[in-house]
Amino acid sequence: MNTTTATPSAIASPPSPSVWRAPGISLRWWPVFLRNLLVWRKLAIPSLIGNIAEPLIWLVAFGYGMGALVGQVSVDGVKVPYILFLASGSICMSAMNAASFEALYSAFSRMHVQKTWDGIMNAPVGLDDIVLAEMLWAAFKSIFTVTAILFVMLGLGISHSPKLVVAWMVLIGAGITFSSIALIFNALAKGYDFFTYYFTLFMTPMMFLSGVFFPLEQLPSAVRAVAAWLPLTNAVALVRPLFMDQWPADWWLHAAVLAVYAVAAFWIALALTRKRFRG
Amino acid sequence: MAAAAAGLRQNACVPSSSPTPLFHASHLHKRYGGTTVVDDLSFEIAPGECLGVIGPNGAGKTTTIRMCLGLTTPDGGDISALGLQMPRDALAIKAQLGVVTQFDTLDPDFSCAENLVVYGRYFGFSKAHVRARVPQLLEFAALSHKADARPGELSGGMRRRLSLARALVNDPRLLLLDEPTTGLDPQARHLMWERLQVLLQQGKSILLTTHFMDEAERLCSRLLVLDHGRKIAEGRPRDLIAEHLEPDVVEVYGNGALSLAESPELKAMAARVEVSGETVFFYTQDARRLLDALTRHSGLRTFHRPANLEDLFLKLTGRQIREDG
Repeated sequence: MNTTTATPSAIASPPSPSVWRAPGISLRWWPVFLRNLLVWRKLAIPSLIGNIAEPLIWLVAFGYGMGALVGQVSVDGVKVPYILFLASGSICMSAMNAASFEALYSAFSRMHVQKTWDGIMNAPVGLDDIVLAEMLWAAFKSIFTVTAILFVMLGLGISHSPKLVVAWMVLIGAGITFSSIALIFNALAKGYDFFTYYFTLFMTPMMFLSGVFFPLEQLPSAVRAVAAWLPLTNAVALVRPLFMDQWPADWWLHAAVLAVYAVAAFWIALALTRKRFRG
Repeated sequence: MAAAAAGLRQNACVPSSSPTPLFHASHLHKRYGGTTVVDDLSFEIAPGECLGVIGPNGAGKTTTIRMCLGLTTPDGGDISALGLQMPRDALAIKAQLGVVTQFDTLDPDFSCAENLVVYGRYFGFSKAHVRARVPQLLEFAALSHKADARPGELSGGMRRRLSLARALVNDPRLLLLDEPTTGLDPQARHLMWERLQVLLQQGKSILLTTHFMDEAERLCSRLLVLDHGRKIAEGRPRDLIAEHLEPDVVEVYGNGALSLAESPELKAMAARVEVSGETVFFYTQDARRLLDALTRHSGLRTFHRPANLEDLFLKLTGRQIREDG
């Protein structure tokens, strides 16, 4: 499949290479990514409206409605308006949602329903490059959505910090992390219904345990200990101070958690996808 | 193209020692769980040849194709193509193969022309390179008037021809076609056959799996009959029929037909008698005598024809419906 796996000799009965072998990545991921981009270009505007409308409805309804009740929220001793608190959390949630939807429903359509991947693999493109292309594609969709929302937030005057550029880069990383995680479930799915579990059992609880809507200090300490290791928590911990025009404390720790999730999840997703296609 | 072909020939000579067929599979084995799906299968494809693989559902045809493409790793045996080794050189081999799978994998969101350009990119071809070839490929597929139509707007036959055109985007020397005409009406099937004949005349080689015996007989210079993962016969279609069957078949149906299968007089005139449902099949060297004898029985309908590949197939693989198919 790739040049990185060293097969010592092509003997009569070569053992099947392990699905856990290192990723065999080449530049052949690019035409696959480009294929997705060209399809999406045809539907970009309607899909953009769909992608940013929902997070903005949350922001406006919750932020202004709830914000009037809550007033200010304390973040590490600093008082901030609730709308800023919510905006900085919910943009991380948007990155997660956009990446997850693309890497679950859309990737599954291409992989399982349309058999696009099978067609590609009859050309000289390996499965590893396809999985990489799908991961990067979902991350791209995520950052595209996030960028649009950021501009709306700028327009609403929620934050004007120059550090939003750094926040934007963090959100690229978050997109990669969440698309890698979602691809694990894509590899395991028998049908679209399976993704309901991922959303209801993983993403929805994480939304409430990651400090998007309310400060983590509200949670019992045992729950907080778990929440601290969730990928969304770490993304919020990096993005929120940047929205407040501050540098995040322990930024390297949060960045490392996201990076470890991304690498581990991509590797697991790749192994499970190889297993799925080995048949 | 001539230069590319010369390059291939050179390639083919370097690593291998024996006179090189285009494609060579030897002693392939594949098991899924406890079941053996491909059992010690060996075959070769010579340049310019069309090799047909026929067999009932579950005989191992699709698994064999998947192993040929490096998508399934064999449990034993090896495959070499164009002087390269599978699965080690899978990508280099696939760069020179054309594949049409049993189920279309066309991109529903792209037009016919876009489908070709996008697929060409997987081979590393630029948009301009494929664009230049698109009119020729669409014309070959009789789809010139559908360049801007999406696959969903095409008939089944058009979609299969677009799949064939897509498989030709890299001008391959060898095509692997898995049931290319399943589900097509006779017109579409004949057009597909005609196109495949053109490709063979151009010197391309084809590996074809099919359930249609007339297709196999018409297109294939050599046939491989598979059953339960094993090769049970191999040879030229006409030779196989001559080797395994009597030249004539008389089918008899109607009132009392089944009792004739037991008639000693008729049985003496046939080399072999088979009963399937309400029909009796007499396989014979001399149909004239048998037909004369049958005219003495009233209320029967008879059908006299030469033995064909379908008879051979049913003789070798039996008439039972395959549950695993």
